[in-house]
Amino acid sequence: MAGVAGGNDFQWCFSQVKGAIDEDVAEADIISTVEFNYSGELLATGDKGGRVVIFQHEQESKNRPHLRGEYNVYSTFQSHEPEFDYLKSLEIEEKINKIRWLPQQNAAHFLLSTNDKTIKLWKISERDKRAEGYNLKDEDGRLRDPFRITSLRVPVLMPMDLMVEASPRRIFANAHTYHINSISVNSDHETYLSADDLRINLWHLEITDRSFNIVDIKPANMEELTEVITAAECHPHQCNVFVYSSSKGTIRLCDMRAAALCDRHSKFFEEPEDPSSRSFFSEIISSISDVKFSHSGRYMMTRDYLSVKVWDLNMENRPVETYQVHEYLRSKLCSLYENDCIFDKFECCWNEWHSQVLYLFAIMTGSYNNFFRMFDRNTRRDITLEASRESSKPRATLKPRKVSTGGKRKKDEISVDSLDFNKKILHTAWHPKDNVIAVAATNNLYIFQDKIN
Amino acid sequence: AAEEGGPCQSKMAGADGDDSLYPIAVLIDELRNEDVQLRLNSIKKLSTIALALGVERTRTELLPFLTDTIYDEDEVLLALAEQLGNFTMLVGGPEYVHCLLPPLESLATVEETVVRDKAVESLRKISQEHSPVDLEVHFEPLVKRLASGDWFTSRTSACGLFSVCYPRVSSTVKAEIRQHFRTLCSDDTPMVRRAAASKLGEFAKVLELDYVKSDIISLFTALASDEQDSVRLLAVEACVSIATLLPQEDLETLVMPTLRQAAEDKSWRVRYMVADKFSELQKAVGPEITKNDLVPAFQNLLKDCEAEVRAAAANKVKEFCENLPEDNREQIIMTHILPCVKELVSDTNQHVKSALASVIMGLSTILGKDNTIEHLLPLFLAQLKDECPEVRLNIISNLDCVNEVIGIRQLSQSLLPAIVELAEDAKWRVRLAIIEYMPLLAGQLGVEFFDEKLNTLCMAWLIDHVYAIREAATCNLMKLVEKFGAEWAQNTIVPKVLGMANDPNYLHRMTTLFCINVIVHCCGYPYREITTKQMLPVVLKMSNDQVANVRFNVAKSLQKIGPVLDSNALQTEVKPVLEKLASDTDMDVKYFAQEAISGECLSSSTIVDKLNT
Repeated sequence: MAGVAGGNDFQWCFSQVKGAIDEDVAEADIISTVEFNYSGELLATGDKGGRVVIFQHEQESKNRPHLRGEYNVYSTFQSHEPEFDYLKSLEIEEKINKIRWLPQQNAAHFLLSTNDKTIKLWKISERDKRAEGYNLKDEDGRLRDPFRITSLRVPVLMPMDLMVEASPRRIFANAHTYHINSISVNSDHETYLSADDLRINLWHLEITDRSFNIVDIKPANMEELTEVITAAECHPHQCNVFVYSSSKGTIRLCDMRAAALCDRHSKFFEEPEDPSSRSFFSEIISSISDVKFSHSGRYMMTRDYLSVKVWDLNMENRPVETYQVHEYLRSKLCSLYENDCIFDKFECCWNEWHSQVLYLFAIMTGSYNNFFRMFDRNTRRDITLEASRESSKPRATLKPRKVSTGGKRKKDEISVDSLDFNKKILHTAWHPKDNVIAVAATNNLYIFQDKIN
Repeated sequence: AAEEGGPCQSKMAGADGDDSLYPIAVLIDELRNEDVQLRLNSIKKLSTIALALGVERTRTELLPFLTDTIYDEDEVLLALAEQLGNFTMLVGGPEYVHCLLPPLESLATVEETVVRDKAVESLRKISQEHSPVDLEVHFEPLVKRLASGDWFTSRTSACGLFSVCYPRVSSTVKAEIRQHFRTLCSDDTPMVRRAAASKLGEFAKVLELDYVKSDIISLFTALASDEQDSVRLLAVEACVSIATLLPQEDLETLVMPTLRQAAEDKSWRVRYMVADKFSELQKAVGPEITKNDLVPAFQNLLKDCEAEVRAAAANKVKEFCENLPEDNREQIIMTHILPCVKELVSDTNQHVKSALASVIMGLSTILGKDNTIEHLLPLFLAQLKDECPEVRLNIISNLDCVNEVIGIRQLSQSLLPAIVELAEDAKWRVRLAIIEYMPLLAGQLGVEFFDEKLNTLCMAWLIDHVYAIREAATCNLMKLVEKFGAEWAQNTIVPKVLGMANDPNYLHRMTTLFCINVIVHCCGYPYREITTKQMLPVVLKMSNDQVANVRFNVAKSLQKIGPVLDSNALQTEVKPVLEKLASDTDMDVKYFAQEAISGECLSSSTIVDKLNT
């Protein structure tokens, strides 16, 4: 079977890059989340400046038949503004932590975006008609004499250039004391959950003034605090199941059918620690930065600092697969601790793509030096690719990268010491139906697609 | 619209520069104003616009424009959806009512549930105005379009329309409608399945009994075992309507298996729904099934592992017992229900206990005096001592049921400590709640008991440190005086209230004034002696208070007392004081004194006359 990662018959090529080329990057322009919608037709990014940019997949163009259509800007709007909490004397950043699309319900598109405290529901809709004709003004806007109106005019709708509007529909505020790290839309299509460091709340999409606290791990005495919630997600099909991961490297699965409060989990996923590799950094690097259910809901994937693990929901005592993302950093943990990189929160994403001849299970996650990794679950092969301006020619095939781990560096290999830790790929997204991926590298969004031979 | 009819008709008369067109022209233009309030205002006067345009132009110009105006704010769309439900005459009567379908169809697909629901409501309304032919030619195709729409918003809207057209169409179309409903019940999106589940009962009502048995039951069974509990819980509601439609002998085979399954569902939300709808279910399935099935089911719900479910079931205890078949009601309650109730009294969850406390007293009327004394009284007493104030309050607020059966004296020994404790609770909202029950308690316990045990509490509240409590205590005094009469007020209340006039705390001195205001109000003219002899001198004296807030409240009180005073007192005592206050250094005091002086004149013509002479 052909592999998505490394097989000769399957390669990735450059499609597009978005964002400025300048060397000095404005903080506000750094991309903080990337998310395709359910059909893959739209791709949303959020940035540290509180903006949401939505790209739309253009239909194949006749001039360039080799390209399967590009993503172009569809709508840009300011989702969150910086705020100040006067009661607690805290600044609330506008940075978009997460974006989640809602299943499409009518011609408009809806998404949830959140910063540390407030979740907003946005509607993105199109308008291509405009009403014309007033009674009290004529075409060029001059007022008519009100006493000389002899007949009534009803406005007529005329076609106009397509206009895309983003309007805030709901604001879900004041429910989180700590920083929101996750939002996840439930498969019942009417609720979603939001998680912060210590609590998870369940909201109804139409109700903004109350939410139900379903998980609360805050100890009575904060000095007894030993772990925090790092991510949470709803099961893709079972509306009563959700999982949340913790800074201790464990995942809890809760069943909302069992009780109104989900303080007690129904499953607890934890891999026993290998005592031989125990070190000062063990706990920090085992902290889970992202958890994602597979599309089928049978598996889930977790990302910790050095690896990605795939868990079968029916097996709690160890993951079914473990993939090393950048094992060569294990010897560098000390300096990564000093420059705070060890606390970077890498995300991960699934692909379950199939055509008539291919059936692919793949995983993608980010690393440093603008590298990102893919793992093919069928062949167990993996590949390291780089998002860089240098290979950003249309249709340019991405060359696999290698980091030298041994003493002697081979040709084409990069030594661990020359990796740039400021260039990190934290957020990636895989098109739900097609082999198109979006990779956020600081302020640039790269889009790659498979090369069909 | 009738009052706006004038200018519109005159428009028809004069076509050259008629100023009566102007207001309509403004309304039409404001349909597109930037200010949402103006747009809303125009939409609400849509009938005026339509009247002015006449039926022809309304159909050919206004409605097409409105059909495409679904970009607006929700409140505008909501108003539009509502207006269109009453538009039949404005488009030319029932013959043309189908012209209203396109705008309502587009409103039925918007994402906002309230707007969609209103559009469906209007569609249901105008469906009745369609002739049978129009219904098949225009309305039914619309229902089909919505039912097979791409987006689930349109499919959810369709669910609410089947039942209104089904009874009035031919049997072929009926078969199609049933098919569409079936399809929606197994839709991919839970939103649509939920909409179908919630309309299942309503649709069943208009179906022929045979189809209820063949079609509806299978849909009901399927929805009740849906993979999503958010769908399953809606099937419980449908269960009530379906059970009422079926003959008793079919219930056992067609409905009960599903109901039993729902009562034991793995999801607490479904069990909660069963508990919440228990009285309706009980009525729908009748006494026999209740005895055999629902009693054990109810016992289980009362013992459920989820507190939300127990609380919902506890809320239904009284109603369930009341509706049990009379012949062996007492026996069922005593042997099956009461043991569970006893356990709930010491439940670990306070919401459960407080839900039970709000209905438990109702059992005494059902069980009678002896059982109440022997079995219920210990429970009441235990709940009166519960650690949670809400439980105690709920017991106290329902004392009247027990009073009828065994008299309140049985309880008074435990009642008093419970009341005193609530009266002194650290949470002011708890204190506020108990104050509100004081008049009721006073009525039931009688004046002697009250004077002896509760009067002190009522007076203590007057000097509570929370204003809301002092205010409620004042209001409580008024209700007590209404209950026990002016004479009682004179002897027990007035001396204590007047005593507070010399309190060092100005807030308490103000409370004196507030109390005087209400006592004057209750005692009124027949007992003006109390006012003139006892209260007026105190009020007048307080006009020299050093705190301005007290002084302007004196002015306000004098205005209230005025109507019951005779002209002599007004002239010689009140008027000089008010005049003095009117030249006070404090602005507010001045203002209220002047108000009182002019108000005095307005309050009663006889007094005005006397003041003027």
